[in-house]
Amino acid sequence: MKEFLIGRLDTNALPHDIFMILGSLSFIFLGLGIVAIITYLRRWKWLWNEWLTSVDPKKIGIMYFIAGGFMLARGGLDALMVWLQQAISVDGSQGYLSADHFQQIFTAHGNIMVFFVAMAFIFGLINYIVPLQIGARDLASPFLNTLGFWLYIAGVLMVNMFFFAGGEYAATGWLAVAPLSGIEFSPYVGVDYWIWSLQISGIGTTLGAINFIMTILKMRAPGMTLWKMPLFTWGSLLSMIMAVTVFPLLTATLFLLFFDRYFGTHFFTTTLGGDPMLYTNLIWMWGHPEVYILVIPAYGVFSEIVSTFSRKPIASYRSNVLGMIGVAAFALSVWLHHFFTMGAGANVNGFFGIMTIAIAIPTTVLVFSWIATMYKGRIRFTTPMLWFLGFLGIFALGGISGVMLGFPPADFQLHNSLFLVAHFHSNVIGGVLFGIFAGLNFWFPKIAGFRLNEKIGRYAFWCWIIGFCLSFIPMYILGIMGATRRLDHYDSSTGWQPFYIMMLVGGIVIAIGVALQVVQIIASAIEKNRLRDTTGDPWDGRSLEWASASPPPFYNFTVIPTVTTRDAHYEAKRQGLLKPAYEDITMPRNTAAGIYISIFAFLAGFAFVWHINWLAIVSIIAIIVCVIVRTFNDDTEYTIPAAEIEKLEVARLKKDTAAAARTAKVAHPDEDMGLWQFIKIVAIWALDVIKHKRWQTWKHQ
Amino acid sequence: MKKHKNPARESRPIWYIALGLLGLGLLIAYLLRDADVALLNPKGYIAQQQLNLMLVSLVIMLVIAVPALFLFYFFAWKYRETNEKATYDPTGRQSKYFVFGIWAFPIIIAIVLAGVMWPATQKLEPTDNLAYVSDAEPVTIQVVAMRWKWLFIYPEQNIASVNFVQIPTNTPVKFELTADESPMSSFWIPHLSGQLYAMTGHANHLNILADTPGDYPGSSAEINGAGFAGMKFIARAGSQADFDRWVHDVQVATAELDSTQYQKLLKPTENHPAEFYALTESGLYDKVLMKYSGSHEHSAGEPGENKDAHSMSEKPKGHE
Repeated sequence: MKEFLIGRLDTNALPHDIFMILGSLSFIFLGLGIVAIITYLRRWKWLWNEWLTSVDPKKIGIMYFIAGGFMLARGGLDALMVWLQQAISVDGSQGYLSADHFQQIFTAHGNIMVFFVAMAFIFGLINYIVPLQIGARDLASPFLNTLGFWLYIAGVLMVNMFFFAGGEYAATGWLAVAPLSGIEFSPYVGVDYWIWSLQISGIGTTLGAINFIMTILKMRAPGMTLWKMPLFTWGSLLSMIMAVTVFPLLTATLFLLFFDRYFGTHFFTTTLGGDPMLYTNLIWMWGHPEVYILVIPAYGVFSEIVSTFSRKPIASYRSNVLGMIGVAAFALSVWLHHFFTMGAGANVNGFFGIMTIAIAIPTTVLVFSWIATMYKGRIRFTTPMLWFLGFLGIFALGGISGVMLGFPPADFQLHNSLFLVAHFHSNVIGGVLFGIFAGLNFWFPKIAGFRLNEKIGRYAFWCWIIGFCLSFIPMYILGIMGATRRLDHYDSSTGWQPFYIMMLVGGIVIAIGVALQVVQIIASAIEKNRLRDTTGDPWDGRSLEWASASPPPFYNFTVIPTVTTRDAHYEAKRQGLLKPAYEDITMPRNTAAGIYISIFAFLAGFAFVWHINWLAIVSIIAIIVCVIVRTFNDDTEYTIPAAEIEKLEVARLKKDTAAAARTAKVAHPDEDMGLWQFIKIVAIWALDVIKHKRWQTWKHQ
Repeated sequence: MKKHKNPARESRPIWYIALGLLGLGLLIAYLLRDADVALLNPKGYIAQQQLNLMLVSLVIMLVIAVPALFLFYFFAWKYRETNEKATYDPTGRQSKYFVFGIWAFPIIIAIVLAGVMWPATQKLEPTDNLAYVSDAEPVTIQVVAMRWKWLFIYPEQNIASVNFVQIPTNTPVKFELTADESPMSSFWIPHLSGQLYAMTGHANHLNILADTPGDYPGSSAEINGAGFAGMKFIARAGSQADFDRWVHDVQVATAELDSTQYQKLLKPTENHPAEFYALTESGLYDKVLMKYSGSHEHSAGEPGENKDAHSMSEKPKGHE
């Protein structure tokens, strides 16, 4: 009976080791704190109606950023824990973590950074920016998009659930390679949490990607042909096409692994005809393109930034697009280079080696396109541009080491060493993360209505660069010295320890950089009157997102622009902007169906982790019922009459004009506030709040 | 929009960057002063070839990366907003050769890289024997990855050892790799050669040749569970005489490896010490391989024969 009700859950599953207790307590306090604040401010209804059930891609984008930001802190903490262990666990010292716990941490670090940080930010940017860039008011399928987001959130919860129940995450490395991830070698729940967090969020990715492919292909403003699309939209389109191509592979692979573990099938076992090599192939067929799903939109971000801040159109737009297409196409055919060392033979290895080299061709074309864009430009060194300049140096390092790894015989030596780890961190930090930071700095005025503090942004940038060099240059050296990845302990006679310590120091510098990025946002919010963007176009931008107000109204555009050229907004500005003519606007209604489905998906996943069969069955039936009910809901849209739009627009214009006047008054020639000034302001504010009990007035605002 | 009042500001970071990188370089050079940098210090033919290939690919990549990076940062500096003297062409018109150039240059480099890669991949395929390097009679050593130790079986010498392997220098050595009751492991002796996976039910062959006597650390490069970091061994390369003496010493050792002892070894252990056995059971390695061939009729065939076929194509049909 007990087994029927709660499956394999028992009191042993409750957190009992110090790390799990601390982890679950910090999550509980964080949750309670948020709940308390919302309740105190009486914002539950507002939160539900305006945000949680919203189908507005702009709001979903912001929610992605917030979730991704939290997970960045979580994954970053994992990285520091890994590096701390490696810095001290030498000879007689075993460090502060057991081998098993150490392995869980780096596994979680990898999963969180790829799935719940990078994917979140990329999807956030795509959500917010792509509809604006193509001149659309909403999405082709707003419901799929919100469902994708909430499935992602369910995945986020699932990846952290082990703190509360089970106390074990997968200790297998981020791809949980079989047979290590099979029931024989990983008998407890860690791998199941891994399966279900990836499974649920992965299905969300597929659904979200389907929506964006439809949106980009079908909802572009009149006149915007494919060859006139902004490059970030191009990157997003290619990325989403790749996602739809390979994420079903992940889904299938995870199901097979789940069958092995749950029903005792033998797809990936070592006995009874199972074949672990099949798993390695399948998971990398998805895993390699996954990295490019992240980096191709980042290429698009960089293209937008270099063109805007060089005040020039991108050099050879068509080569740039073809370059991205080339990268996307080749990326689907190189997965085997992740396991040349499995022994597939010279011909197979040689083929995939050459395909790997081939990726360097379109990538180099992109780099040349960026270089030529700066040539004879007028370059402004804003923070987005700085992130771009930093990106290329690090990315070149990653590219060079990548080509070395692409040579099968060289890969036999470098594979599974820290050289490899340093290589992909160069690409993922330099390419993806810097692309995200560049994009966030670039589009922040559009999203928030005021631009970010440049000075503190620069400090953050330099911390990242210095921290990166301190962490990852030693990591390359360690790889050359023969250090394998994932070591929780080593001998001092290897001479590795100083380099591990440098990595830890670098990690701390990066952490300071992250803290400065948070400070940057707060400092900008303090000065938002001075930094306000009342024009909607703070950078002299080129694509349509700058034609809308900052932040854009929920319907994005009063008038859908007609596009005749690339860099549509830049050309429109030169020819004089049109006066708005108001029209009825049809918008999608909010829906909570995505939330309900995701709750049941989470429950189903949790039930499968703990073998609670009834709950799994009930949840799956509930998901199906929710989908059916939603399908029969015909009342999914509403129309705002033109008169209403006019009222909204006039009110907004009035507000913007007043704000512009205020800004003109506040604005002084001083530069953005620095760090000391920020600390002073915050200290004075905090004293003031405590002295005058200011919180009593907050809830009435 | 942001305006810089002090144009000198923008040129300053380059000196800080140069100074910082120089400092980092000096620090690393200091830390490496007596370190044994395994990949740059090869002690065997294969590792030497692999190092050469790494350096060749690095140089070819630098041919494209150095000018590209230089142009990138040079243009960023030269066409800065505050530099009034630089020309500004907002139209972005390019020469008609531009597109041709940006595609042709990387394609040529890629063809060169591929031209180096393909023959090198064929030549350094780990399955191929090294008769072309040395005509000495090759030594075969069968390796079984276990949790978390390496068992080395010398079928011709009828001995076995754990976490220690002795090999003669200037003699081709063929490691036949498999695993038993262990997740995938990767057999790696960085000074001597690159790694290859050891997997249950598969025989992967790694041919190496050591040319300098010495003790070289080996490990599993692929994560395989809690004892992963301690799954280390020593590969000792010595003269043929050293090898013969060692073989003799082990042959007369008291410990014997039979099925019972083998089953004991199979139990997971961490940081297992080096052990030496006289082999009393023949065909042990083939039995390990057969264990995983399942109930398939096409199972591993005649064990010990025809193993030089590539292991992935060697899989019996019906597995996919």
